[in-house]
Amino acid sequence: MMDEATQALHARITQGMPERLILAEMEDLRPYECDGLAVYRQLPRLVVLPETIEQVQHVLRSCCALGVPVVARGAGTGLSGGALPHADGVVLSLAKFNRVLAIDPLARTARVQPGVRNLAISQAAAAYGLYYAPDPSSQIACTIGGNVAENAGGVHCLKYGLTVHNIRALEVVTIDGERLRLGGEALDAAGYDLLALLTGSEGLLGVVVEVTVKLLPKPQLAQVVMASFDHVDVAGAAVARIIAAGITPGGLEMMDNGCIRAAEDYLHAGYPVEAAAILLCELDGTAEEVAEDLARVETLLREAGATALQVSRSEEERLRFWAGRKAAFPAVGRISPDYYCMDGTIPRRELPRVLNGIAALGEKYRLRVVNVFHAGDGNLHPLILFDGNAAGELERAEHLGAEILELCVAVGGAITGEHGVGFEKINQMCVQFAALELEQFHALKHAFDPQGLLNPGKAIPTLARCAEYGAMRVSRGELPFPELERF
Amino acid sequence: MEPTHESPDRDCSGELRERVLAAARARTPLAIRGGGSKAFYGREAVGEPLEMAVHRGIVAFEPTELYLTARAGTPLAEIEAALAAAGQMLGCESPAFGPAATLGGTVACGFSGPRRPYVGALRDFVLGMRLLNGAGELLHFGGQVMKNVAGYDVSRLQTGALGTLGVLLEISLKTLPRPAAERTLVQDVPLAALAIEQMNRWAGQPLPLSASAWDGGRLYLRLSGATAAVAAACDKLGGECLDAASAAAYWMSLREQTHAFFAGAAPLWRLSVAPSTPPLDLPGPMLIEWGGGQRWWRGGGEAARLHALAAAAGGHATLFRGGDRREVFQPLAPALAALHARIKASFDPHALFNPGRLYAGL
Repeated sequence: MMDEATQALHARITQGMPERLILAEMEDLRPYECDGLAVYRQLPRLVVLPETIEQVQHVLRSCCALGVPVVARGAGTGLSGGALPHADGVVLSLAKFNRVLAIDPLARTARVQPGVRNLAISQAAAAYGLYYAPDPSSQIACTIGGNVAENAGGVHCLKYGLTVHNIRALEVVTIDGERLRLGGEALDAAGYDLLALLTGSEGLLGVVVEVTVKLLPKPQLAQVVMASFDHVDVAGAAVARIIAAGITPGGLEMMDNGCIRAAEDYLHAGYPVEAAAILLCELDGTAEEVAEDLARVETLLREAGATALQVSRSEEERLRFWAGRKAAFPAVGRISPDYYCMDGTIPRRELPRVLNGIAALGEKYRLRVVNVFHAGDGNLHPLILFDGNAAGELERAEHLGAEILELCVAVGGAITGEHGVGFEKINQMCVQFAALELEQFHALKHAFDPQGLLNPGKAIPTLARCAEYGAMRVSRGELPFPELERF
Repeated sequence: MEPTHESPDRDCSGELRERVLAAARARTPLAIRGGGSKAFYGREAVGEPLEMAVHRGIVAFEPTELYLTARAGTPLAEIEAALAAAGQMLGCESPAFGPAATLGGTVACGFSGPRRPYVGALRDFVLGMRLLNGAGELLHFGGQVMKNVAGYDVSRLQTGALGTLGVLLEISLKTLPRPAAERTLVQDVPLAALAIEQMNRWAGQPLPLSASAWDGGRLYLRLSGATAAVAAACDKLGGECLDAASAAAYWMSLREQTHAFFAGAAPLWRLSVAPSTPPLDLPGPMLIEWGGGQRWWRGGGEAARLHALAAAAGGHATLFRGGDRREVFQPLAPALAALHARIKASFDPHALFNPGRLYAGL
């Protein structure tokens, strides 16, 4: 049963698109009540599934006229609640925009609709020996539009960059229904770099309706070295050595003992379950390049104190080495009823301090934490294990997560490396940024969306919210990190 | 006071903030100036000079973390020397256009050099910055880590904005290791069309390309990476291999525009187009870089015609040097121009910073 406001909205939207593309019944809305971060749920007023850019424009104009919030949504795989609906708003699903429009093998670009899955781009480009580099772990399901909104990364960022480094152009619809083309087919564009600004803006500045991505030639060869260590500090130092030697691995991942065990129990990939940490170092390029780098990396790892080294000798073996890492999250899912995945970034040199800090916080909150780490680029994913059915555990997990992120900020890092702020980390934005920066963000948002209708309540906190959070976080008259600027 | 090489490292952010606050009170526009090496670029600057070169010094450089942080007035040459001493470099190979060039000016212009199409643009390496907005507020965006998606990407927005969105105070850049080996091949390719096609075809293959140019009927290709990989690629591509000194001098002459093509007073146009675009319909010689993506042309042609040509090729045209400085950048579509004005106002509500340097009214 629609209330009056929803009816008015429904009536307005049906003026510009067929009713079959508008969902209003409870059972139809239910699948949209959350994204990949399922602990937060909210039903929207309506879900719309436009099929054309004109319909997207119409929906946005309608919402703009009625002052209704709009939350854009791709595949809903996001891990920060960025696509969590607004109670008074519309969910704008781009699911029907699922076509690869054109691939230009000579210019090495693909023009795709935003609902195209990340992996589908590489599959479509494979015939030309090309691929799309960013590979978030959800790549079989997540869409390129969502990747742009979150500036998604993956395990190959150190060498190949994030989404922002791998897109050429965007077609965007603003809240007032205006179509903008940002970037272009050239390597740069006139005016401000709005392509970069929109990337990672979490649906707060505009709705992406087309993306032109850059394609890369597939490396001839990739091989991975798996190194075991007795201590995470030693593994961390080995990473610094590889980087200092001028080697840029295609991927450089670390797992701690808890994670190694979970992965091994799940997949039997041959991981050393006694090791305190393993490093997976992938080298890719031409056959000559890989051979040369491989020899150097093996020497460096031995010198750094690796207790065992294994090098993949076939593509099958390489995939087996990676299987445990790629399945780390589901593997952890087997050893705990629930887990909460964090996404902090730290300077690599701070790894021992941060891992020790996380262990101490785990004890404080009486929860287990296992760690996977994009070691090459300092992006840490602590997985907090908890049982949502046990009274108080979710709340403890949330508090533990918040403290982990604040620890990342305290050592000079960031509260999110690739998952976005969304709804989840909105309070930690108050720790990451001071009031003046947040005000500048709001001013910038106002330049795009003066009514604040695009994804309200996400990504950038209001100062009032920060004041409230700040007050809440004070314990024994002291803030957790007194050296940080507060307001 | 003119800074010299002996100028000490100094944090002048306090004084610079006072200058901006005073300018905001008096509504006096400021012309932000680093080393003055790129004063030729953009529309004419108006306003009282705001000298940045005194605000200098490398604040942090950690080779194993792959980043460098420096004050905006730090000479680019000083940064390059520090990186080279650690076996590293700026991946974008940005031009200096003179010994006085500063980091801040380079970032404000957003210039990248020959490595651009294969390794990335300057903006791709910007990790974070401190800046003053038009209210004289000292703001800090991004950081020193390469993966950071907290908040809007203001640092990249500032890159290439020609100082119209803020006074850049301190910039953190991602650094890269220098390649173990580098070789340059030269091939005779008389026709531009064939050169463009070859540059694009090779870029689609797993070859360690790091620069390319077509210049006077000859195609130059630079390969960088592991020694064995570079050697194997040279065998595959063929052509005359330049000695190391000539090769370095050649790419430097393109980067710094000391190559003979850039001599003389005729207006210099930069056409940034889809790399696979066939030769453009313009009379006279053209120098092609960036795998076909950056094309230089000399001539006093009608701006509207060049803009139309570039737009049809998926890009834009800039009157890079000389000519009529009243309108040098490709005009923006009306909705985009209006958005630019609102973004400008969000950072610089009193229009203090480099007014009109990028576009009239911005």
